Amino acid sequence: MNTLQPPSLAAGQAKVGSRPLFLARILLPVIVLAAGIATWEFVVRLHDIPSYVLPAPSVVFQTLLADWPVLSQSLLTTLLTTLEGFLAAAVGGVALALLFNQSKWLEYSLFPYAVILQVTPVIAIAPLLLIYLPQQTAVVACAWIVAFFPVLSNTTLGLNSVDRNLAGLFQLYGASRLQMLRYLKLPAALPFILGGLRIAGGLSLIGAVVAEIAAGSAGAGSGLAYRIAESGYRLNIPRMFAALLLLSAAGIVIYALLALTSYLVLRRWHESAIGKDN
Amino acid sequence: MVEPAALSDFEAPRAGLAVSLRGVTKVYDNGVMALGPLDLDVRKGEFVSLLGPSGCGKSTALRLIAGLSAPTLGSVVVSRPVSVARPAGAAGAGHSIGFVFQEPTLMPWTSVRENVRLPLKLSHAPAREAAERVSAALTLVGLAEFADAYPRELSGGMKMRVSLARALVTDPDILLMDEPFAALDEITRFRLNNDLLALWRNLRKTIIFVTHSVFESVYLSQRVIVMTARPGRIGAEFRIEAPEPRAEAFRTSADYAGYCRTVSGALAPSYQGQSV
Repeated sequence: MNTLQPPSLAAGQAKVGSRPLFLARILLPVIVLAAGIATWEFVVRLHDIPSYVLPAPSVVFQTLLADWPVLSQSLLTTLLTTLEGFLAAAVGGVALALLFNQSKWLEYSLFPYAVILQVTPVIAIAPLLLIYLPQQTAVVACAWIVAFFPVLSNTTLGLNSVDRNLAGLFQLYGASRLQMLRYLKLPAALPFILGGLRIAGGLSLIGAVVAEIAAGSAGAGSGLAYRIAESGYRLNIPRMFAALLLLSAAGIVIYALLALTSYLVLRRWHESAIGKDN
Repeated sequence: MVEPAALSDFEAPRAGLAVSLRGVTKVYDNGVMALGPLDLDVRKGEFVSLLGPSGCGKSTALRLIAGLSAPTLGSVVVSRPVSVARPAGAAGAGHSIGFVFQEPTLMPWTSVRENVRLPLKLSHAPAREAAERVSAALTLVGLAEFADAYPRELSGGMKMRVSLARALVTDPDILLMDEPFAALDEITRFRLNNDLLALWRNLRKTIIFVTHSVFESVYLSQRVIVMTARPGRIGAEFRIEAPEPRAEAFRTSADYAGYCRTVSGALAPSYQGQSV
């Protein structure tokens, strides 16, 4: 039996060749970033541009440190909203997909409205939500509206991608609906669900920011997007940049965490995760 | 849902028969007549091959016997022994049948052990007994030390063995095999042919084996049933008389060559004078 095949020569060479490539993929963006910041700093200093027009990176950084008590509080608020929206989207999206999978009638009745909710720009819905719902609820609802659809459609796709023969096997052994769902459909859909969650993570941040901006003038908000709007009115441009930096960092961390989760869950069996270490 | 297999509860087959098909016809939803009418009796403990061109309904016949689909006309009767002790929780129509597909059809997200345990898990067998049965089945197919491996870590032949172990873990009376070795290379296939023959000799299961290989059908079975092109009917039937136990020597014997020639001849009408 050919149990353990030795890696082919070509594969071995590819591995040796991929190390500099891997370094380049890390180093190049870093170099570009450094060069960009340096140029920015240089141009601002050269022309002596006032910081209410364009703050230098160093000023942005100083503001970030100086305003940290305010900004960190806002970051926490926005992250909490994002997390709530994301959790609602994850649970709601998966649950709705499961319901649709169990009942075609329900799917036919409700799916068009899920699409309508998705294609209507959330920035246009947000002001209405803010009228009818308490502010915090409205903000979470916005995050949910933007983020749940990718979870719903990906999970639906996953649940429908079950191997036909495997389904036949479950039928042969008299599997109940619940067993079919638990042991076959959900595991088979897992890679799709995780893909949907990865998109939903970034989208719920966007949803939270949109809602905060829309709520901004109402004044009760304290999230990062609200800080950006507020700083804009006050011409506190360095703080706008600092808040933007934090939002961007939050987005990156959310994506990285979800990608890591997906990798850890799938690494033993799914092609998408195997490609990396094989 | 009235599964064909459940008919055995009130319609006892003739003594000694494992499977009995009477006038079985299958018409697909799109109006294509896939099979029949087909009459087929398989004795208990018999090794029968269904041989025929692609699309002749061999696989459909197997799915009908397994109860995975219902015949449009006719009856499918699958017997169950009355006095044999069944594994706990493994009673019920489907459980006296094991099915092996052309693809290994394993769950990629879990280990070999969990894949083989699946039929027992679905029937809520006690954990301890299930564990014993799983390791026994894995030993039977020679994969005991690969219980914790994941399917993707195995070769094609080994995956097929896992699939076989899963079919055997409920100790079924009837094993239905749908071109199980068709996707494997010839050397692996010969090996698995011999292993399957050894299993059959020791366990005396009824095996219905669908294949499109004349050589495989002659080598393995006691009876080869040649089916016609769609709709599939029985075109010819051959009893393969060979000294038991069969082994590699049979492959090179004059008898084997003779049978292969005869069976190929019977298959000829389904591929001659037809555009494919």
